[in-house]
Parts: sequence; C-alpha cells; structure tokens
Amino acid sequence: MHREFLMGNEAVAMGAIAAGVNLVAGYPGTPSTEVLETVAKRNPGTIHVEWSVNEKAAMEVAAGAAYSGARAMVTMKQVGLNVASDPLMSLEYVGVKGGMVVMVADDPGPVSSQTEQDTRTFAMFSKVPVFDPSSVAEAYEMVQEAFEFSEKYHTPVFFRCTTRVDHGYEAIEIKDAGEYHRTEAEGFRKDSSRWVIFPRLSLKNHGLIEKRNRELSAVLSGYPRNEIREFGVSGGNPLRKGIASHGISYMYTLDHLGEDDQMPLRLLKVATPFPFPEELALRFLEGLDEVLCIEELDPVIERALLQVCGKHYLSVRIRGKLTGDMAAAGENTMASVGEAMDSFLGKGKKERPASPQVPLPVRPPVLCAGCPHRASFYAVKQAMKGKKTIYCGDIGCYTLGNAMPLDMCDTCLCMGAGINIAQGVGHLDKETKCFAFVGDSTFFAAGITGVVNGFYNQADMTLVVLDNSTTAMTGHQPHPGTGRTVMGQVVEKVSIEKVLRAIGLATVETVNPLDYELARDTIQRVAEEPGIKAVIFHSPCIAMTKPAGRSKVDAEKCIGCKKCIRELGCPALILKEGKAFIDNSLCTGCTLCEQICPVGAIGGGEKNAE
Amino acid sequence: MQNKNIILCGVGGQGTILASKLISAAAMRMGLEVKTAETIGMAQRGGSVFSHVRLGKGLHSPMIAPGKADLIIGFEPAEAVRHLPWLKEGGTVVASSAPIFPVSAMIGASTYALEEILQHLRDQVKDLVLVDSERAAGDLGSAKVLNVLLLGAALRTGALGLEEKELREAMRERVPEKFWELNEKALMYTSERNMP
Repeated sequence: MHREFLMGNEAVAMGAIAAGVNLVAGYPGTPSTEVLETVAKRNPGTIHVEWSVNEKAAMEVAAGAAYSGARAMVTMKQVGLNVASDPLMSLEYVGVKGGMVVMVADDPGPVSSQTEQDTRTFAMFSKVPVFDPSSVAEAYEMVQEAFEFSEKYHTPVFFRCTTRVDHGYEAIEIKDAGEYHRTEAEGFRKDSSRWVIFPRLSLKNHGLIEKRNRELSAVLSGYPRNEIREFGVSGGNPLRKGIASHGISYMYTLDHLGEDDQMPLRLLKVATPFPFPEELALRFLEGLDEVLCIEELDPVIERALLQVCGKHYLSVRIRGKLTGDMAAAGENTMASVGEAMDSFLGKGKKERPASPQVPLPVRPPVLCAGCPHRASFYAVKQAMKGKKTIYCGDIGCYTLGNAMPLDMCDTCLCMGAGINIAQGVGHLDKETKCFAFVGDSTFFAAGITGVVNGFYNQADMTLVVLDNSTTAMTGHQPHPGTGRTVMGQVVEKVSIEKVLRAIGLATVETVNPLDYELARDTIQRVAEEPGIKAVIFHSPCIAMTKPAGRSKVDAEKCIGCKKCIRELGCPALILKEGKAFIDNSLCTGCTLCEQICPVGAIGGGEKNAE
Repeated sequence: MQNKNIILCGVGGQGTILASKLISAAAMRMGLEVKTAETIGMAQRGGSVFSHVRLGKGLHSPMIAPGKADLIIGFEPAEAVRHLPWLKEGGTVVASSAPIFPVSAMIGASTYALEEILQHLRDQVKDLVLVDSERAAGDLGSAKVLNVLLLGAALRTGALGLEEKELREAMRERVPEKFWELNEKALMYTSERNMP
C-alpha cells in the first residue's frame, strides 16, 4: 500500500485497476471523464481502454468483455446513461459472467448537464444494484467490492458518484501493483440459451431477478458500508430522531454534527439504495418518532423508508423532499444541509447578520478568446442577416454560442438532437432557413443517423459541422475523426466529409471559419441550395495551437465604435479609455476582429499553420 | 495547527486549480489531512471558478460552509467579493486588485464597478491584502505566475498555516524546472518589496 492524493474519479480508476479490470470503455462527460483517462494513464499494460463512439457502444463493448469472463467497466455521465439504456435494460435480463461495473457520474445542480436525473432511480427501473460512495477513500474501496458483487451475482452493477465525490480530492491509501487482483478471462463460450435474449428467457429471468433482488436486500443489510451510528445517547435523553443520508450529503451531515454538543440522534447511511437494505432500515427506525432524509436528486431513501414504514405498520414520520423539508431540486450544500438539520433538531435559525452588498457582474462561461466557433457563428449570423432562421444547437462548447452578443443557439436538447429538430421545424415552415450546428465528436456520437434521416425524408436544412478536431468541452479527448486513440495509438481517421458524401449529400464544403468573408459567402451560397447540405467549418481548438502573432489595436486609428466588442463578445476585447483594447495574454491571433474592424485599426494577429 | 479552511476563487483559466494543488501538497508534506473540491467543467471557460481546500484533522466533506473560511485567496477582485459570505468573522482575504471584465460587462448586460468593489473589500475585510498583480506581472515579466504570487502574499499573512519551504518544495514537484526561478521570484515578490 502507498499514499496518493487523488481526485475521486482517479480513485475509482485506481480501484478498478486494483480489482483487475480487463477492459474499460466510455464516452466523455462531466463529471465522469477523468475515470477513463486515469485508467489509460495508469494502465499497467494489460487493460483495453477506449473512448467509444458513444455510451451505447461503450456499454455493448463492455458487455462483450463481461460475457467472456473478463472484468469490465463502462464510464459515462448521467445523461450518457440514457443513450446506453437500451443495451443495459436488456443486459440486466441476460446477466454477465465477469464482473461489470457501470460507472455513472450524476450532476446535482446541475453544474454542467441538461438534467438532474438520479441513477439510483434508474437502478430501480432497470433492476440493477447500485453502489453510492460518500468520499474519495470510500469510492476506491467500494468500486473493488462492486466488481466482486457483480461477479458473485452475475449482474452488472451501477457505481454511481456525484460531482463532489468525482471532483473532490483526498490523500488515500492505495494498493501497489503487486497487490492487484488478477483476472484471467476464459474467453467467450457459446451458449445461446444464456446469451441470446428471447421472450421466454426474459420471462424466466425476470422472475429470477426479482427473487434475487429481494435476497440482496437482506445481503446488503449486512454490507458494512450501509451503517447506523448513534450520537449523544450517553446523556440519558431519549433517542427520538434520526437522519438518513447518502453520498456527499452524509459527509455534510457529519461535519455539522461535529460542531457542537449533540442531542440524541441516530444516523443511517445508505450506500446501496437499491436493493434497499430493509432489515437495516427497520433497526434504524426502531423507537424513532421522526426521520429527516437528506438526499440529493430524487427522494429515493425517503420513498424506501416510507415503504418500510407502511409495510411494517410503523408510526414514524418520514420527512424530506416529499414533505417540503428539503429542496426538491438543486445541489445540497453545507449551508442547506446545516439549515435543514437545525430546523429538524429544533435548534432554531442561526441568523447571520446581513452584510452590505455591492453589485457584481455576472460571469457565465463563454467561448474562449479566438475560439473558431465564434467565427463560425458570426459568419452564419452575417450571412443570414434579415432572413427568417432557426439555429438548432447541440451539446458541446458551442452551446455557449447562445450567449449574447452572438445569440446563435435557438434550441438545445440532447446529443445529436439539433439535426432532427431542424428538420421538424422545416417540415412545418418552408420559409424558415433551418440550421443545425454540431461538433465533430457529437457528430460521431449522435449526429450521423440524423443526417441519414434528413436525406431520406427530404428535409431542407443546412448542417454546420463545427470541427475543431477534438472533444473540447470535456478536456480534449480524441474521437474517431482525430486519428488518435486514448492509449495514444495512431489510427486511420474517419472523415466527416466522406461520411456526409457517402450518405448522399450533394453539397459538402469544408471552409476555415477564421477566413471571415469566405465563410460568410459559403454559407450564403450553400443555404440557398435545396435539400440537406453541409458546411464543415474546420479550425482546431485554440487549446491545441499556439498563436504566431497576437492582434493589437492601433489606438490612433480606432474610432471607438465598439463594433468588435459588441458583435463578437470575445473575452480578450475590452474597452479602455474609449478605445478597443486587446488583452495580450488572452488573444490567440484568430484575426476575426481585424477582419470586421471598419477602419482597419487592428492588426498583427497570426495563427500558426496546422 | 488548527484546521484551516481556504477558498481560492477567480475566473476560469487563471490558475486557481494549480494553486490549490500546491497548498495541498505543501500541507501533506507537513503531515496534515487534506480535502479539496473544485470547479471542473463548463465554468472553466472564463466563468466564475472556486476551489475549497480544507487542512487539518477529522475532516468529512471537502466543502466549506458559509462563514467558515479562514482565508479567501481572490484571483480577481469581483470574485473575491462574490465569496465573502464564506469568510469567517475576522478572516483574511488576499486578493488581486486587477479586474477581469467579463463579456457581459463589456456589452452592457451587467456592470463592473471596480472602485466600488475594491472599496467594498476594504470596508468589509479588516485583514485584507490587495496585491497589485498588474505591476507584479510587469516586474516579473509574466502574468502566468499570478497563482504563486498570491500564495506568497497569503503565506506572509500567516493565515495559510503553511511554511514557505514546504510551498517551495511543492512548487518544484509540480512545475517544470525551467520555471522554478520565475515561480520562486513570484513567491517572494510581495515580501521582498514589503508590499502592499
């Protein structure tokens, strides 16, 4: 054993490596991404690691490995699980041979996601057992236990973390390479009665799964990470109140309990919300009058406790989200948990004196200085000036194109949706010029079928592929168009242009968006063509290139019209003493501002050739 | 040493994450327990970002409750003010006085009143160190060492609870050798000039 300072996601990765994982597949998504990246970085050389094209592919690749007796892990964020849900729902009926961990990172808040969905609820729906760690150290140990559990009961298991565990750091004890579990996969053995899902097999296995999960509830009541703790019981006061919690909220609860003298309190930590440890919950509820459930996302524990109370005729008042004692939406914080506990324990509110306020600027995330997406959006906006349009956005950095002053994202739903939404809008309104913007990684993950759909069903729209040669939003992962794998292998690139031509699109043009006039004129021309057509704006993400020269404003020439500032919204452009000024440390030399300046006052910027 | 709660805050891209890593590494060298949490993801694209760093013993969560931070290191004055509700009574603030104007303020969608913001810091925080990081960047020849510059200033206040030697070693472990000299200059910048 040795000590390392690890991020929660790194701890999950190191735990999986220690558990002898043979294959890890996933698709990037905050807050899950670092798990797979860490397995790749710390790969002892025996693990197949891949960024799959999307979560569904990753789930199926991992299932194949687990069918073969290997230990497999698949990683994704919570909305990625929706993409992977088709194979997973059926996989639970089929089962696995080697241990299979489905690592899903939930995002209360949400901090960087479309939904606040709860993978614990998904676990109940899919009947897949779920592990829910509360700290970095626990995540490391628990993921190893999850592999054993999966193998023992022949079921995939969820390993569900939330942002503050995924992205928290702690120094923890981890195993040396010599202590790792070794998994020898025997390879796939043919047995169509086991691996081929047919209605008859589904019926039989459905019954077995329900029976197994009832038994697992008893097994998990003895799982040491599901635990009951009592505080303040030595003082002789009767123990009447309990708090049930999980994950990071449990840690917030403990931090508050540590603060002052305790009135008697019993605490239940639920590490496996499904199957719910009913016997343990009964011991927890014994003699209590009321319980506060401190949970993030869905009231999973709250509902389970209500069910236990109903089933066993217990008169315990269960409070939480369903009773309005806890917020129904949003992330729990130290403050919100502290307030809920004070109110529940009758401590009264600790009023903090209101401090004087000063107006602060809002500071949402923005497209980086010199981001080629800005140039692409600006070119389309100028080309379509005065026309009736819809700009369907998608998931990636370019969602930030919705912000003022660009205002170039009218819809955003989920990965790949923009291409199909544009078609639907167009079928009902022939006057509107319909555009869909999609990034390169999203195109491969979820965009191709939409283009096929549009081509087949005679849609009239312009597809704009924003190709910056990376998965930028999640931290620059490679994808099929980059010609690199996560393990650093050089492979043949999949060409977006060839894919579009192979589908049948007659017009596919590739343009550098930083050449403003060419980009604008191309859009003007292409958008007038009938049917579905595409423009690929190709320019690498600024994080992957260094400028050859940075732009500078000639204050003598600048007339202070602010066109560059008002129209581009580039964070490097500010107003100083009535003139435009460029922050040298931010400028990437994209020259977009130079090209639109009406008096030619800006110069000196230069991009390096690729 | 008493437990320390430290918040680093600024704008995505300013180097708050490396600074929190350096504090953590130095604290671990001193045998302290460390828990941290930070903003990762979309907000890193020029949005408001923070790191919570907790040092000491018996820590559970990595997050700091409002009114419990011993020290706020603000990489940007408005962001320092944004995090003032986390400062405990009598806590210390070390902040850069150089503003980063958000796009929202530049296009008139929100306002950035620099003088008011700096005055607010002076009024509200008794133990305040405002670092003229623009001047420092000029003297040091680089704006990239803002994080180490502010750590040096925080070190001087004593609120960091760390030793200079450990911070220097932590920096050497994490920064390529060719940048050691620059970072050491940045670390000592405020004390050598007896700033502010």
